[in-house]
Amino acid sequence: MKSLKFAAGLAFVATPVAAETPVLNVLTYDSFVSEWGPGPAIETGFEAECSCDLRFIPAGDGAALLARVQLEGAKTDADVVLGLDTNLTAAARETGLFAPHGQAPKLDLPVAFEDANFVPYDWGWFAFVHNRTLDAPKNFRDLAGSDLKIVIQDPRSSTPGLGLLMWVKAAYGDEAAQVWKDLADNIVTVTPGWSEAYGMFLEGEADMVLSYTTSPAYHLISEQDDSKTAAVFDEGNYMQVEVMGKLAASDQPELADRFMAYMLSDAAQAVLPTTNWMYPAHVPAEGLPKGFETLVQPTKSLLLGADEAEALRAPALEEWRAALAR
Amino acid sequence: MARRAGALIATGLAALTLGPVAVVLAQAGRGGVGTADLAALRFTVTQAALSALASTACAVPLARALARRRFAGRRLMITALGAPFLLPVIVAVLGLLAVFGRAGLVNDGLRLLGLAPVSIFGLGGVVLAHIFLNMPLATRMLLQGWQAIPAERLRLAASLDFRPTDFWRHIEAPMLRDVLPGVLLAVFAICLTSFAVVLILGGGPAATTVELAIYQAIRFEFDLPRAATLALMQVGTCGLAVALASFFTTPGGFGAGLDRQADLPASGGWRQLIDFGAIGLAATFLALPIGAVVLRGLPGLASLPAGVWPGLLTSLLVALCTAPLAVSAALVLALARAQGARWLEPVAMLPMAGSQLVLGTGLFLLVFPFVAPPDLAVPVTILVTAVMALPFAYRILLPEARVLVADYGRLAESLGLRGWAALRLLILPRLRRPLGFALGLTAALAVGDLGVVALFAAEHGATLPLVISRLMAAYRMEAAAAASLLLVIAAFGVFWICDRWGRAGAEL
Repeated sequence: MKSLKFAAGLAFVATPVAAETPVLNVLTYDSFVSEWGPGPAIETGFEAECSCDLRFIPAGDGAALLARVQLEGAKTDADVVLGLDTNLTAAARETGLFAPHGQAPKLDLPVAFEDANFVPYDWGWFAFVHNRTLDAPKNFRDLAGSDLKIVIQDPRSSTPGLGLLMWVKAAYGDEAAQVWKDLADNIVTVTPGWSEAYGMFLEGEADMVLSYTTSPAYHLISEQDDSKTAAVFDEGNYMQVEVMGKLAASDQPELADRFMAYMLSDAAQAVLPTTNWMYPAHVPAEGLPKGFETLVQPTKSLLLGADEAEALRAPALEEWRAALAR
Repeated sequence: MARRAGALIATGLAALTLGPVAVVLAQAGRGGVGTADLAALRFTVTQAALSALASTACAVPLARALARRRFAGRRLMITALGAPFLLPVIVAVLGLLAVFGRAGLVNDGLRLLGLAPVSIFGLGGVVLAHIFLNMPLATRMLLQGWQAIPAERLRLAASLDFRPTDFWRHIEAPMLRDVLPGVLLAVFAICLTSFAVVLILGGGPAATTVELAIYQAIRFEFDLPRAATLALMQVGTCGLAVALASFFTTPGGFGAGLDRQADLPASGGWRQLIDFGAIGLAATFLALPIGAVVLRGLPGLASLPAGVWPGLLTSLLVALCTAPLAVSAALVLALARAQGARWLEPVAMLPMAGSQLVLGTGLFLLVFPFVAPPDLAVPVTILVTAVMALPFAYRILLPEARVLVADYGRLAESLGLRGWAALRLLILPRLRRPLGFALGLTAALAVGDLGVVALFAAEHGATLPLVISRLMAAYRMEAAAAASLLLVIAAFGVFWICDRWGRAGAEL
C-alpha cells in the first residue's frame, strides 16, 4: 500500500517533468521516416543534443506534403516541413504559412541558391539510369530518335515526374511540346510514383528509367553491383533540390531553427547520401561516402527558379498531356 | 428488426461515405470540372465497362465448369481463386509483367518462334490486368449461384430427362439472371476506382482516370471542391450502374430445398472437353503471374528486414477487427434488402465508388481540429477498411440472403423466430458458406489494403503494405518482393481459414 502511494506520488512528480520536454514536430515524406531512410539516425543525433523529443509525422510522398500543409493550415502541430522541392516552394510560400529561416547556410550546390523561406538539405541531378552495357543517348533528341524504351513518372502525381517536365521545359523552352511528341514512342509507360517505375526498370521492362545520377550508388554500395549507371545529357541535367522550412505558427521556433541548423551539420549531412541516396547540401568534413566518386557528373546543371517553375507548371503539363495523349 | 437495423447501418454508411465528400466540397477553392475531366470520365467508364464484361464473360464458363466437374485439386483451385484479388496492385502488375511484359514469358516465346513481340501497355493491358484481378472474384460469386440451386430442382431436371440445353434454359439461365447483374456491377465498381493499374498499364496520359484527376486536384492544385466534384461524378456513375443492374436482376424463383446434396448434371463428350479446357486455361492464366510473384519473393524471404514483422502484426490486427465489423453490417443490410428495402441497394454500394483520397481527406478535415490524426491511425484504418470492404461482403451475401428470406421468411415469421434465435438457428446455418467467403475476403482485403491510411500514418506502427512501399522507396526491391510474398501468404492464410469454416460440411 505504502509503495503504491509512493509510486502514485512519483508519477505525480514525474508527469510535469515529462511534459516540459519540448516536442518538435517535423512533417516529412514517408520514405524519410522509414527505418531505411535518414529519419532514425537524424532523430537519435538531434535528440542527443537538443534535450527535446523529435517527432516525425509521415505524410505520404513528396507531392502529398504540400497538400498536407495546406490541409492543416495555421492550426498545424508541425513546426518544420522537410521534403518539398523547388518546383513546389513557390506554391508553399504562397500559403503564407512559412516563416523566414534567417539562416546563412554554407551550401555546396552546383548552382547559386537563395530563398528566404526554405533551406536545402540535399539535392540530386535527375537522370536516366540504365545498365552499363547500354549505349546511352547524349540528349533528349538522341533519345527520341533511338528505339530505346523508357519509363517515366506522372508529373500529376509524382515529384520526379514534375522534375522531368521542368527539365524538358528548361532545356527546350518553346520546343518542349515537339520533344515530348518525339519521345512518345519511347515511353513504355507513365507510373504514379518513383517506386513503380524503378521496379519496372529493374525487372527489364525498359532500357532506362527516370531517376537520379546518385541511384547507381545504391546498387554499388549496398549490393556491390556496379552494373548500373546514369546518362549525362549535353543540354544539362535538371536538379532536384530538397528543402525544409519553418512554419510561422510553430510554438517551438527556436528549436525549429536549431533543427534546421542541425540538418546542415556534418553529422546529419553524412547520413543523407547513403539513406536518401542524394548529394548532401553541404559536403561534410569527411567527404562523400566511398563509391560516390564513381558516379557520373553532369557538366551542366539546370534549375528553374521557384516562381518560374510555378508559372510554367500548368502550361507545361497541358503541353505534356496533349503531346502524349494520342 | 433487420429492416430497422438495416436503415440505421445504411444511414451510418451514407454519412461515413458522403459526409467526408461534403466536407471536402465545402472547402475554399475554384471547383468546377473541365473538358479534360470529361475525357477522363469517358475513359474511366469505358475501361471499367470493358473490364467488367470481359471478367464476367471469362468467369461464366469457368464457374460452370467448376460447378459441374469433380477432379483432384478442385477445392484447392476454388480457394486459390481468392489470391489474385488480394495482391497489392504493384505486386500484381509486376507479376503480370513477368508473363506478358517485354522481358516476360510470352514475348520470350514469341521471340523463339521468330515473331514480333507484343506490348501489354494500353487499353488491352488494363483490361487484361482487370481480368486477372477480378475474374476469380466473379467466378467465386457465380459459383455460389450454381451451388445455391436446390438439389430438388436438379433431381426434377434429371427425372424430366433434361438435355443440357433444357437445363441451361430452365435452371442455369434464370439463376444467372439473378446473380450476373450483381457480379457485373461489383467488378465495374472496382474497376471504376482502379487507379494504379490503369495508370501503369495504360501507357500514358491517354489512360487518365477520374481518380488520377482527383490526385492532381488535391496534391498540386489544392482545389478541394474540384476533387469532391470529381468524386461525386464517380459516385454518380456507379449509382447509374446500380440502377441498371437492379433493373435487370430477377430472382430465380426456384423455391426452397431440403439441403440434400446432389451433383449438377455433367455430360461427357465435347462438353467435358470444353469444361476442362476452361479450367486449364484459367488455371494457367492465373497461376503464371502468381508463380512469378512467388519466385520473385522467395530469395529474400529468409532475410526479411526486422521491420516487416511488426507491420505484419498490425495488418493482422486490422484484419481481425475489420472482417467481423464489415460482414455483420453487410449481413444486416443484405437481410433488410432481401425483405424489400430497395433503397438500401445504392447505399450499400456507395463505398465501392467513393474516391479513397477524397474520403481520407474529408475524414482528416473532420478529425484534425480535435485530435492529432496519427493518434487515430489504427482505428481509422479499421473503420475505413471495413467501410470499403462492406460492399464486397454485401454482394456475396445478398443472393443467398434473398433466397433465405423467400424460402424461410414466412415460416420464421409464423414461428416468431427473431433476433438471436433467428441468427443461430436460421441465418448462420443457411448462410454459413457465403459468410465464410465474405469474412475471408474482407479480412484478406484488410491485410492488403493501404488505401486511405496515408493521411493518418504515424511514425511507428506501419501496416505491412506501408512497410512494403517504404522498402520500395528505399530501393530495396528484393526485400519488398519478399515482404509482398509474406503479405500474400498472410492474406491468403486468413482467407483460407474463414473460407474453410464457411465450406465445412458443405460439399463443393
